[in-house]
Amino acid sequence: MLSTLRPAIVMVVLMTMLTGIAYPLAITGVAQVAAPWEANGSLIRDGETVVGSALIGQAFSDPRHFWPRPSVTADAPYNAAASTGSNLGPTSAALSGRVAAEVGRLRAAGLTAIPADAATASGSGLDPHISPEYAKGQIARVAAARGMAEADLAALVERQTEGRLLGIVGEPRVNVLQLNLALDGRN
Amino acid sequence: MSVIGWLQLALLFLVMLALVKPLGLYMARALSGERTFLSPVLGPVERGFYAAAGVDPAREQGWLAYAFSLLAFSIAGFAALYAILRLQAFLPLNPQGFGGLAPHLAFNTAVSFVTNTNWQSYGGETTMSHFSQMAGLTVQNFVSAAAGIAVALALTRAFVRSGATALGNFWVDMTRATLHVLLPLAVVVALAFVLMGLPQTLAGSVAATTVEGAQQTIALGPIASQEAIKQLGTNGGGFLNVNAAHPFENPTALSNYLNIVAMLGVSAALVYAFGQMVGSRRQGWAFLAVTALFLIVGTGAVYWAETSGNPVLSALGVDPAMGNMEGKEVRFGQAMTAAYAAATTGLSDGGVNAMHGSLTPLGGLVPMFLMQLGEVLPGGVGSGLYGMVVFAILAVFVAGLMVGRTPELLGKKIEAREMKYAMLAVLILPLAILGFSAASAMLPFAVAGIGTGGPHGLSEILYAFTSAAGNNGSAFGGLTANTPWYNTTLGIAMLLGRFAYAVPVLAIAGSLAAKTRVPASAGTFPTDGPLFVGLLAGIIVILGGLQFFPALALGPIVEHFAMLAGQTF
Repeated sequence: MLSTLRPAIVMVVLMTMLTGIAYPLAITGVAQVAAPWEANGSLIRDGETVVGSALIGQAFSDPRHFWPRPSVTADAPYNAAASTGSNLGPTSAALSGRVAAEVGRLRAAGLTAIPADAATASGSGLDPHISPEYAKGQIARVAAARGMAEADLAALVERQTEGRLLGIVGEPRVNVLQLNLALDGRN
Repeated sequence: MSVIGWLQLALLFLVMLALVKPLGLYMARALSGERTFLSPVLGPVERGFYAAAGVDPAREQGWLAYAFSLLAFSIAGFAALYAILRLQAFLPLNPQGFGGLAPHLAFNTAVSFVTNTNWQSYGGETTMSHFSQMAGLTVQNFVSAAAGIAVALALTRAFVRSGATALGNFWVDMTRATLHVLLPLAVVVALAFVLMGLPQTLAGSVAATTVEGAQQTIALGPIASQEAIKQLGTNGGGFLNVNAAHPFENPTALSNYLNIVAMLGVSAALVYAFGQMVGSRRQGWAFLAVTALFLIVGTGAVYWAETSGNPVLSALGVDPAMGNMEGKEVRFGQAMTAAYAAATTGLSDGGVNAMHGSLTPLGGLVPMFLMQLGEVLPGGVGSGLYGMVVFAILAVFVAGLMVGRTPELLGKKIEAREMKYAMLAVLILPLAILGFSAASAMLPFAVAGIGTGGPHGLSEILYAFTSAAGNNGSAFGGLTANTPWYNTTLGIAMLLGRFAYAVPVLAIAGSLAAKTRVPASAGTFPTDGPLFVGLLAGIIVILGGLQFFPALALGPIVEHFAMLAGQTF
């Protein structure tokens, strides 16, 4: 019995030191030197203040900004301290009720076609992207609110649209935070 | 479905195909204790571990001693992790000041990580200190996977040896798997993840002032190092609540590829290594062909179901062109979301890049059924391989019945003893899944935990116990599982799925090792050709279908027709 107990306890201790302490600390050390911006959360700063993370979506409701996807995180949308999706099933009445309200809000904001990403919540509740279709659908509203020419705005959306890597990997998408920062001239 | 989507899937398939052989050959060498290019660095560490633990690496164990070592190591790991989780408030690296976990949650989580399930009743960024994530969860991500590899190695040796009682030494196998296979791969993948944007810091969360002036708290931590081993060890327990749907665990389509390749890589390569070690690479390829068949069909089915969309939402005016987007991220696309869902459940990974509970009914049925098939496609690191061998034993037995010969697998006669153990192992899954699901569906306080009513509610319960017993860890997240009932019963289901399976497998190994290898004759049914691949796939589907189809009919299949009829609950 003791001959099994000793290796069991010693191995757990040694493995904890190696894989639980040394490994993550070594990776942290290398990461902080080799890629400090990424390792610290890809933060976007405006002077001293942190505006957000390039990878994390944030809430926008001002008509002068492009809007992100709906988010159902606790307390407030795009709560990056507590990620969550709705986890509602496809036949959930709560889901169809929420989507119906969202469709109404989007129609009132001038969208004629409702792309699926515009009316549904993402898995993380922090999706930084929207589809190019949803971005284009918002151009008229933002242009009117800002008194800008729609063509200028369309060109900006075009520039902010990320394509597929090598033409295959990934989906065409627009990072809402970066688009709005460009719009506000803060990037 | 689109051409680009299928190209994305084809690219994934090609990467995997290219990776299996070199990684499999390396693993076969490293796990046999042969010299590799890393031996000069890792050899001294390995010998130091044996010396400190009092292990004589040359002394091998019989199946019973091997099983006892596995259990002792798991119990010690459980105790250490349980203590860390309960005492979290008093331990370092806790920048958010989280308190200790409740006893039932600490029990559930410790069992979950020790059994390589990584079911998460908690939300990572709202519950776990950095210390718990690193010194608690990350450690079990390594060693529970290594323990699975060890059991698979013992079974492999049973086919190689003749008239032997010894199956190898558990401590040596587990140490080698950690040091020579998982750790070097984890270092490479973790650094690649950092370059792709995964955070890796010991700091706590950052306060941001958003463009529109609101306050946003952004949770950070040593995410890349944990994400790497989470996938390589087919653990699936995310640093953050929404797992690899979170932009910090999976920021780009490229990182999504690396996530899937990392989770498939070690399991698939181990199957190749098995073929190499038993002297029949064709056997390895035959098992991999069965795996690929299921994963390709499964991915295609999820892809089709999800791009078909949700007619309930289309009726409200949502354009169906993008398919069902509830619970999904824009950056991955439907094809690679489907591939992730199929891979994570064909494997016993259990990480997710979309909320499985919000998949369409048939899109959610596929991951559930892939888990119910026994987590052998290619399954968890190690556990998938030994699970597949158990199914192969059943398949040659059925083939033997049909032609009236004593069944053989790789030169070993399969007799009553092996069959009894194999049946004992495969019957654990339906017992744990259907038994606990039935009980939960009848107990009012358990039913109170479901998130969506109607047939989806049953699916949520069924999925939870399927995931736990299969040591998967993914969830239909609508179920409120952080309750004493679910934490306890799911914990028991995880223990059954792990140890009530691994111990009979070791018994089979002990029995097979003692037999002499009979040379193949004209009467031997070849187990490395297309006929066997078809037979094995058929056995897996029929067994899974017979056991679980009635339950699936009441859950996802009823829900599918309800959805088509526009009914909501």
